[in-house]
Amino acid sequence: MNETVRELLRKIGLATFVSAVLGFFALPLLWLAFTPFDANPGIAVSLPDFTLHNFQVLLDNPYALASLRNSVLLAAGTAALVVTAASLAAYALSRVRVPGRDVLLYVLLLLSSIITGTAAMVPIFLLAFNLHLIDSRLGVILVLTGGLLPASIFLLKDFTDATPTSYEEAARVFGASPLQILRHVVVPVIRPGLATVAVWTVAQVWGDFLMPFLLLRNPDKAPASVIMYTFYTEGGQPDLPLISTFSLLYSLPVVLMYLFVSRRYGFRFHGGIKR
Amino acid sequence: MASITIRELTKVYPGGVRALDALDLDVAMGEFFALLGPSGCGKTTLLRTVAGLETATAGTIALGDRDVTRLQPGRRDVGMVFQDYALFPHMTVLDNIAYPLRIKKESRSVRHARAAEAVQELGLKGLEQRRPGELSGGQQQRVALARAVVANPRIFLLDEPLSNLDARLRLEARTFLKEFQHRVGVTTVFVTHDQAEALALADRIAVMEAGRIRQIGTPTEVFRRPANLFVASFIGSTPMNLLAGTVQSGTVVVAGTSLPVPDEARGRVQDGQEVVCGVRPEYMDFGTEPVDGAFAGRVSVVENLGGSSLVTLDVDGESVRVVVGEGFEVDSGAEGWALPRPGRVLLYRDGELVTGSGGETGRTASPLAKNGGRG
Repeated sequence: MNETVRELLRKIGLATFVSAVLGFFALPLLWLAFTPFDANPGIAVSLPDFTLHNFQVLLDNPYALASLRNSVLLAAGTAALVVTAASLAAYALSRVRVPGRDVLLYVLLLLSSIITGTAAMVPIFLLAFNLHLIDSRLGVILVLTGGLLPASIFLLKDFTDATPTSYEEAARVFGASPLQILRHVVVPVIRPGLATVAVWTVAQVWGDFLMPFLLLRNPDKAPASVIMYTFYTEGGQPDLPLISTFSLLYSLPVVLMYLFVSRRYGFRFHGGIKR
Repeated sequence: MASITIRELTKVYPGGVRALDALDLDVAMGEFFALLGPSGCGKTTLLRTVAGLETATAGTIALGDRDVTRLQPGRRDVGMVFQDYALFPHMTVLDNIAYPLRIKKESRSVRHARAAEAVQELGLKGLEQRRPGELSGGQQQRVALARAVVANPRIFLLDEPLSNLDARLRLEARTFLKEFQHRVGVTTVFVTHDQAEALALADRIAVMEAGRIRQIGTPTEVFRRPANLFVASFIGSTPMNLLAGTVQSGTVVVAGTSLPVPDEARGRVQDGQEVVCGVRPEYMDFGTEPVDGAFAGRVSVVENLGGSSLVTLDVDGESVRVVVGEGFEVDSGAEGWALPRPGRVLLYRDGELVTGSGGETGRTASPLAKNGGRG
């Protein structure tokens, strides 16, 4: 008898714990899904009093949609630059013997977290200032690329290392030039890796606040992550109709991108693990 | 199609490893040529240097009368099949085969026509739109062959062509490969560590050791008359009997018996000289009755080879192996006599075959002697 009671209590305890954890993660998502359609948006989750008025408010805001476009520009630019530079570097690093290659890679990886982090804020700002890259999207793209490259190279080198050199040798024997080999053989073979890096880069840039906030002066150029920070009412209260709808629009593209790439390439995060 | 002429070819790797040591080699036009040797003997390096994937440290390589030593691999007109076939996994069979033509900037229609021809030639019909991952090992090998021949190369290089196939398929592929080479008639060099493969496929074999060629000859020559102890011990599925002996008045005293000095060695050995007497297990007759000039001993092991048995005789503490035909029951522990067939005994002195110059013997490769002279 005592046994069954204890068993029952154990089950109830477990269920309560799981529910609490689930709720912890589910509530913000529910808020994100419901609040944009609520006539009286608040910070609590409630079944919406359905309306599309909040979207009207969003469209009337001069910066909201433009900022999403800016985010796309920054993310796409950075992703293109990172994928191109990282694949060339990873290929070279896995094929050419450089003394101290592995040490170099690890040091880069270690430093990369500092480069885009708050620690390097001041020097990066000064550097950008002296290069006249303040208030320029190119400046933001370059700084973000620099920060994301080491990890991308590290990730991609796993893919290039796993590609047998005999593929390239075969192409060489048939007369292919190094760039042809890269285009015809290496890039298609490591395409899942390139997709992984591209998605990861886009997600990183999409969510990055500090660099665009520091380096872009003109609100016309600010990306979504920065613009959201400006959504306050005259009274200094968060403008919840605007923030909730904008949050939904802001998160949708990244989710859609994950779904698309996952279906297309069969997403595999290999980072550091050999296939 | 072209002959291959290699002179004084040397390859030293950055670490200081001398993979090829002033190697000379001639491969005739249309020949099916094997580079045979244990791993690390430089055979693969030689093949890759001919392809241009490694650059020679010294020496020259000529295809036909064109010196290609310093040419990029793509400009040498060479077709190559890699050990792992190196088929591009993201391309279909047809695209793989047409790839060399794509690099040569042939038009799409020419590419497809020629690739389709190669598909037909190698019996790959119906598989054109598959990816390499969906093919069996044998089919992958034929796709690799098709890709290598589609651009009509002057020579054809195969790196361990059969080693990636399982045992049953290997035999089938071997027959196919030989028939294919004869049909196409392109000068072909292949690398193998498997002496049976080299004997079965090649018109001529170069046996290599430590970056040098130890013997060049037809399979028959290399099998029957190994030019030195290295080749003697390397060639043959059942290793050759190599027994130490001494020359005494026209005979060789070896393992408790005395054999007549072979004709070719007569007059070239002196009494009292230490020699090694070599005779293949296949070239001896086994009997249960005492015979003159036979190795007498006790049967220690009988190994069934299917159509025959390999009998190991314990002769005064030395092992003598002899192949016994079917229907001859041999019991372990029984007394036995192994009689070498006339003309099949070889004498080696200082590791080299004692013989007259030339004759029907396989040409002994010169590098060793030459190297000694230079040193």
